[in-house]
Amino acid sequence: MSTKISPVKPDTVVIGTPMRKVEGLAKSTGRAVYTDDVALPGLLHGKILRSPHPHADIISIDTTRAEELEGVHAVITGRDMAVQYGIIPWTKDEYPLCVDRVRYIGDGVAAVAAVDEDTAIAALSLIDVEYKELPAFFDPHDAVEADGTTPFIHEAKKKGWNGNVTKVVKLEFGDIEGGMDSSDVVVEGDYFFEGSTHAPIEPHCAIGQWDGVGHLTVWSATQVPHYLHRELARVLELDQAQVRVLQPLVGGAFGGKSEPFDLEFCVGKLAMKTGRPVKILYTREEVFYSHRGRHPFHMHYRTGATRDGKLTSVDAKILLDGGAYASFGLVTTYYSGQLLCAPYQMPAYRFDSTRVYTNKPACGPKRGHGSVQPRFAFEVQIDKLAEQIELDPIEFRRRNFIGEHTKTVNELRITSNGFLECLSSVESASGWHDKFRAMPFGRGIGIAGSTYISGTNYPIYPNEMPQSAVQMQIDRSGRVAVFSGASEIGQGCDSVVAYIAAEELGVPLEWVRVLRGDTDFTPVDLGAYSSRVTFMLGNAAIDAATRLRKLVQSSVAKAWAVKPSEVLLAGGFAVWAPDTGRQMPIAEAFNLAEVEHGTLGATGWYNTPKDVHGDYRGGTIGASPAYSFTSHVAEVDVDIDTGFVDVKTIWVAHDCGRALNPVLVEGQMEGSAYMGAAEAIMEEHIFKDSNHGRAGLHNAPSLLDYRIPTSLDTPELQALIVESIDPEGPYGAKEAGEGPLHPSIPAIANAIYDAIGVRMDRLPFSPPNVWRAIQKAKEDGTLAKPSGPAEREDASSEATVKTQQAHG
Amino acid sequence: MPKTTDIVRLHVNGDAHEVGVPTHYTLLETLRYVLALTGTKQGCDKGDCGACTVILDGNPTLACLMPVWEAEGRQVVTVEGLAGPEGSHPLQDEFDLNGAAQCGFCTPGILCSAAALLERTPDPSRRQIQEALSGNLCRCTGYAKIYDAVEAAADRLQSEEEEAK
Repeated sequence: MSTKISPVKPDTVVIGTPMRKVEGLAKSTGRAVYTDDVALPGLLHGKILRSPHPHADIISIDTTRAEELEGVHAVITGRDMAVQYGIIPWTKDEYPLCVDRVRYIGDGVAAVAAVDEDTAIAALSLIDVEYKELPAFFDPHDAVEADGTTPFIHEAKKKGWNGNVTKVVKLEFGDIEGGMDSSDVVVEGDYFFEGSTHAPIEPHCAIGQWDGVGHLTVWSATQVPHYLHRELARVLELDQAQVRVLQPLVGGAFGGKSEPFDLEFCVGKLAMKTGRPVKILYTREEVFYSHRGRHPFHMHYRTGATRDGKLTSVDAKILLDGGAYASFGLVTTYYSGQLLCAPYQMPAYRFDSTRVYTNKPACGPKRGHGSVQPRFAFEVQIDKLAEQIELDPIEFRRRNFIGEHTKTVNELRITSNGFLECLSSVESASGWHDKFRAMPFGRGIGIAGSTYISGTNYPIYPNEMPQSAVQMQIDRSGRVAVFSGASEIGQGCDSVVAYIAAEELGVPLEWVRVLRGDTDFTPVDLGAYSSRVTFMLGNAAIDAATRLRKLVQSSVAKAWAVKPSEVLLAGGFAVWAPDTGRQMPIAEAFNLAEVEHGTLGATGWYNTPKDVHGDYRGGTIGASPAYSFTSHVAEVDVDIDTGFVDVKTIWVAHDCGRALNPVLVEGQMEGSAYMGAAEAIMEEHIFKDSNHGRAGLHNAPSLLDYRIPTSLDTPELQALIVESIDPEGPYGAKEAGEGPLHPSIPAIANAIYDAIGVRMDRLPFSPPNVWRAIQKAKEDGTLAKPSGPAEREDASSEATVKTQQAHG
Repeated sequence: MPKTTDIVRLHVNGDAHEVGVPTHYTLLETLRYVLALTGTKQGCDKGDCGACTVILDGNPTLACLMPVWEAEGRQVVTVEGLAGPEGSHPLQDEFDLNGAAQCGFCTPGILCSAAALLERTPDPSRRQIQEALSGNLCRCTGYAKIYDAVEAAADRLQSEEEEAK
């Protein structure tokens, strides 16, 4: 099937204006329904028994006593669903409930359904599990060096291999060593990115219902109803046609709900066993243990540049701490390298990434999947290079701009690119040139840039069907119904399809209804991940709406005896363009079309280009129909006595292609920058060692102890929208939900350096970590305001000339 | 399993209720599971996140930490009770207009904290808004649009009051 490209429509009426969200008032009045709000008659409550050991063989499970408890309707164990699953088809390595082995504290081993939550909790304590404890791996360096004298976390794929290694990716483009040799300066550094978790305010929740004639319905707070649908059928050994996934509104996700979880299989199985609806709602502690958040990365970077500020060669070696299961880890390992090759031109690039299992909750995708960590290290490397050659770091980034309509060194196709505008936008808004290296000791400012994908060109399971689709139906009243399978997780995708329907069909926004989140009734969309939704769903909606618009235009044109192209649909009317006094209400126009064409409905779909990447193994991973670009400037105050970093302001410039609704785009930019700043200054998803409690126990599985920013901790956020109008995006739009997270972290690190001359190469920049770095700098005598770049003004004007030369 | 239940008299959103609940129930459980007022959310069940915030006798209160019998005879307002017959309170409308609710899960609690603030302080400074909302975690917005919405609602409420005079 060929790729369709939606036309760029600059003269929009609805698109580009601030609008309400279709579910906005429902959310602010308490009417919005989330999974835990669904009430069903006869509902049972489920609970999952979890392993107290980080690594152990299960010798036996006796559920007799639990089954005998009054009010318990069913108890299941791993043997009831002994089918492995996993989001990536090639790395299925987990069971809904463990069968023979537990691999982290919190791994599920049995589940109960009971008349109420109290009884279910009581029943868990009556399940007798005999374990044989095994030595555990907590440090990824130990895991990668394991020789098999103690059991690997998973069986090795081949005899003699290390079963703790889940994925190794080594890719090399250009002449690395030649590039280093031709450099005037080479910077080498070790970086550590601590893990962090999503912490959506809504805990995971699922409800299963079995109707007795072979239909299983599962309500779930998931970002991926389609993949959940497929895996539920496979694991529960049902036909896909028997399974229906309903997705109520999702109370935040950020990547933390983007694969199937144990509770979804358990409610399905328990419902099938009891014939009653069964609900499982994770406790907040379970949300922390289910995790799938940001991988801790141990990174080593070597980066070269010439004296005039051109990158020559980039060499990276990365160890990813994956936790107990594969999750999205195969993709994470590729992304750790593949997504670094823009917005800067790199003549040579190599990465060598290894992901290992450890006996901790599995890591997976968190907002900015796999590329936030290397972006931190690399943007700090650039800051160090710029300083060494005494060049303004914004100017350094300008000189290495990769350009638009080009290819990266790893052969990814770049289309629109507004990165230069992002740089100048934050440069002027922040007052950069009056502040950089010019503020008093303790106050600093830093810059960073980044890029991110707008979806992936290849779906998770290989197929050539559309990646996203919608169905639209026109009612005689003038109303438009949109059936959308996309996942509304707060980002506004239900509204995006409504805006597009209103734009193309000329109806007021309030007349558009969106029916959503039901795999029985809505076309397949692959899910809310990889920043794919606006781009793909938007194009699908334009496709469907355009088909309907043409039918209406032709019927009105016939009635007026004019050309169809002269009929405009806007503001609730069909209008004749040459004389706008000639018009009819849109419902009348729809009725004319229904008379001529029959009942009015259309499907629309989008599929990605498939031929825009390198012809090498892994070349498809990171390939996207478009890339967003971002630049942040952060300003900080550092307290030398306490190590406390107060991030005052982050200026966030983001090239989203086109802002379909600027309010929602700003919201994504602000929320992303907040989340990046949170990881930078406070978040730590860490586990106890045996000196500090039970090894492998989560250090802080609560929203009090796992610190996320309150209103008082969050910096002021200035969103600066940049529109590059992408040739393939819907009305030119690209992603806005993940890209603007990336630069927060390195911009803050670079600002700390500007403030006090201390490099923070380890996350988070929490008071203890910063304080320790300050003590070391005091000992080394380096605690001081760094000196500024030489002849900044000259360098800047020279670069402008060069940029013009380079781009004609 | 033997249970002790009790009859509790509650005033919620202007209505008087007599409900039979297990005595260990919290106000949150009673609102959500007995009165079907599911607008009030459970995010952590231990007083950390603020999603369950309701207004109790004018003060923002964590419903997940309050045994239901402590609410006996007191006035409870939930997100469902903020609006009059017109359908939405200016705060609710401004949250929608300003994009202050993304996923919307923290929104009911934040609205209750904000409504209680505006009752006490009709024209709050940004710092006062930040302090009033510091017990409500939002993971989506970075709070910026929430401040905008609260300020816009405060302006609207004040001008409505002016007109009424």
